[in-house]
Amino acid sequence: MGNVLVLAEHRQGELRDISIEMLALAPSVAEALGGEVTVLLLGSGVDEMAGKIAGHGVKVLVVDDPLFADYNSDKYQKVLSALIDEYKPRLVMLGQTAQGADLAPALAVEKKLPFVPDIIGLEVEEGVIKATRQLYSGKVNAVVALKEADTGLVAVREAAFEAPDPVDAGAVEKIDSPLKEDLDYRKFVEYIEAEIGDVDITQSEILVGVGRGLKEDKNLPIAEELAELIKADLCGSRAACDAGWLSDDRQVGTSGKTVQPNLYICMGISGAFQHVAGMKGAKTVVAINKDPNAPIFAEADYAIVDDLLKVVPSLIEKLKELKG
Amino acid sequence: MKMFTCIKYVPDTSEAEVKLNAEGTGVDSSRFSYDINDADNYAVEESVLLKEKYEGDVTVVSIGPKSSDVMIRMAMAKGCDRAIRIEDERIADHDPLMVARVLAGAIKDQEFDLVFTGCMAEDYGQAVTGVALAEILGVPHAAYVKKVEVEDGKVKAHRELEGGLREVVEISLPAVLTIQTGINEPRYAPIRGIRQAQKKELKVMNLDDLGVPVEEVGADASLVVLEKLYIPVVESKAEIIEGDPDEKAEKLASILVKGGLV
Ligand SMILES: Cc1cc2nc3c(=O)[nH]c(=O)nc-3n(C[C@H](O)[C@H](O)[C@H](O)COP(=O)(O)OP(=O)(O)OC[C@H]3O[C@@H](n4cnc5c(N)ncnc54)[C@H](O)[C@@H]3O)c2cc1C
Ligand SMILES: Cc1cc2nc3c(=O)[nH]c(=O)nc-3n(C[C@H](O)[C@H](O)[C@H](O)COP(=O)(O)OP(=O)(O)OC[C@H]3O[C@@H](n4cnc5c(N)ncnc54)[C@H](O)[C@@H]3O)c2cc1C
Repeated sequence: MGNVLVLAEHRQGELRDISIEMLALAPSVAEALGGEVTVLLLGSGVDEMAGKIAGHGVKVLVVDDPLFADYNSDKYQKVLSALIDEYKPRLVMLGQTAQGADLAPALAVEKKLPFVPDIIGLEVEEGVIKATRQLYSGKVNAVVALKEADTGLVAVREAAFEAPDPVDAGAVEKIDSPLKEDLDYRKFVEYIEAEIGDVDITQSEILVGVGRGLKEDKNLPIAEELAELIKADLCGSRAACDAGWLSDDRQVGTSGKTVQPNLYICMGISGAFQHVAGMKGAKTVVAINKDPNAPIFAEADYAIVDDLLKVVPSLIEKLKELKG
Repeated sequence: MKMFTCIKYVPDTSEAEVKLNAEGTGVDSSRFSYDINDADNYAVEESVLLKEKYEGDVTVVSIGPKSSDVMIRMAMAKGCDRAIRIEDERIADHDPLMVARVLAGAIKDQEFDLVFTGCMAEDYGQAVTGVALAEILGVPHAAYVKKVEVEDGKVKAHRELEGGLREVVEISLPAVLTIQTGINEPRYAPIRGIRQAQKKELKVMNLDDLGVPVEEVGADASLVVLEKLYIPVVESKAEIIEGDPDEKAEKLASILVKGGLV
C-alpha cells in the first residue's frame, strides 16, 4: 500500500505552518502511490490542533500523552519507528526545520530508510519517488531518486509550498503511546526567548540590509549613512550578524526576524532561502549584488549588478542632491 | 575531555558562477577556491575552547582530498592535537549517511566524550551528517547548537530554533553536537601554532585502514540515486538598472524619490 505519513510539528501550543504546507504535496504523492494521507500528531492536550489538521480532509492519528508535551528527538524517534513497523507507510514526510533536522537523519539510519533532506519538489514516476533539492545555495538543482524500499523518508523545506485551504473534515483517531516511559539521556530543560534589541525591525517601514558582501566592519558606515539619510533601520543576513557587525536581533530570516517593510534595500546579500523566508513580506525590494546569478534577484523589484562599495556611496550623494 | 571534530573542505561559490561538467553528473569545480566549511570553523573553535577549559584533546577528522591538508593544518594551528584525513574513491559520497558511516569508522573504537560537526555544509546543505553519525555511534545528540555547557558527565546544549527562540536540552555524555554558526568567535591561528601544527600527526587512511567494509559505504549501499543535476532558471521580475556605478546610483535615487519610497 502506498500510504503517506506526515509528521505534524508544533511548539509552545501552536501548530507550525510547515505541518499544513506539507499537505500541498502529500495528497498527490499518495494518489500516485495508490494510498492515503495520514497526519501524525504527537503532543499533550492537542485536540484543537488535531481538529485544525483534520479540516484539511486528512486522517489524523493522535498520540495525546504528557510524555510529548515538548519535542524530544529520542521520544519522537521511538514512536515513529514503532509506527513505521505497524503501519508500513510507503513514505514518511516531515519538515526540514530545527526539529526535523534533529530527528530525520537518526530515524533514517535506524530504520535503513532511503532519505532525502531539504526537498523543494516531490514526484512519483513509474512507482519511483523522486525528490528535488538545491545544491550550492540554490545555484544547482538535483533530482534524487529513492531506491525501492518499504518506506522512504523526505524532509520538506519550510515556506517552499503554499499551505492549501481547508476542504472538509477528516477523521481524528487517538492511539495509545507506543512509548510507555520517559527516556533519560535527553531531557528538555526550557525555552529561552529571542533577545529584544533597541529597534524592533519587524515594525520598520524602511530597512537597509547588509550581508557578507560588505566584506569588513570598516565598510559599515556606508550602510549606516544610507539608513540615516532615508530614515531606515539597519538589518542583515546571518553572516553579517555572525561577524559581529550587527546584533542578533537585527537578523532577518528563518532563525531571525520576519520583516515587512515598505522598502527593503539589501546589499551584499546572496539571498539564501533562510534569509528570503524572512523578507517575503517586503513590498518593494532593491537588491545590490555583484553576482548576476545571485538568488536575491529573484526577490527584487529593482536590481543593480555591481560593486556595492561603488554604488552605495554614489547613491547617498545623489539622494542628498535630490532631497535637497 | 576527549573530543573529535569533523570538518569539511568546501568551495566558496557565493560569488562564483556554477556550471555543470560536460557529463552533467557534477559541477565544474576547477575554478573554485576552497576553505573550511563555515559552521565547521565554529566547531573547531568550540572544541578548542572546551579543551582549554577542561583539559583534554581534540582529533580532527575529515574526508577529503590531499589539497585539504592546508585546512587541517590550520585547525591544528588553532589548537587541535592531531588529525585523520580519509581518502577513498569507493565511498558513495553523494549520500550523507555513507559519509557519516565512514566518519563513525574513524571514531567508534576510540574513547570520546564529545564529537562536534557543523550543523550544515555550505555546498550540499543537507544538514544530515552529524545527527546520522550520533545514531551510528549509538550516542545522544543535539542539532543546531548555539551554546555548550558541560557539567558532571552531562552537557546542556542550547539549540537554535526558528525565529531566534532557543531550546535548552540536557544530554548525557558521550554525545554528538552539531554546531551552528555564531556560537563563538573563531580565533586566528597564532604564528607559533602554525609552526607547531607542522609537527602534529596527520594520519591519512582509507576504508581498509579504518576497517569499514566497502559494502557498507559504497554506491550499492546507498539507498538514494542521483538522477540528474540542472541549473535552475532564476525568474526575476526585477527592473535591471543599467549603466556605470554612478549612473545606476542616479537612476535608483530618482526611482526612490519620485516613487515616494523614501
Ligand atoms: C538552520 C539555519 C538557519 C539560518 N537562518 C538564517 C537567517 O535567519 N537569516 C540569514 O540571513 N541566513 C540564515 N542562515 C544562513 C544562510 O544559509 C546563509 O549562509 C546566509 O544568509 C548568507 O549570508 P550572506 O548572503 O550575507 O552571505 P553570502 O551568501 O556569502 O553572500 C554574499 C553576497 O555578497 C555579494 N558580494 C560580495 N562582494 C560584493 C560587493 N563588493 N558588492 C556587491 N555584492 C557583493 C556576493 O556576490 C554574494 O552574493 C541560516 C542557516 C542555517 C543552516
Ligand atoms: C545530489 C548530490 C550529489 C553529490 N555528488 C557528490 C559528488 O559527486 N562528490 C562528492 O564528493 N560529494 C557529492 N555530494 C556531496 C555529499 O553528499 C556530501 O558532501 C555528504 O553527503 C555530506 O553532506 P553535506 O555535505 O550536505 O553535509 P551536512 O550533512 O550538511 O554536513 C554537516 C557536517 O558534517 C560534517 N561533514 C560533512 N562532510 C564531511 C566530510 N567530508 N569530512 C568531514 N566532515 C564532514 C561537517 O562537520 C559538516 O559541517 C553530493 C551531494 C548531493 C546532494
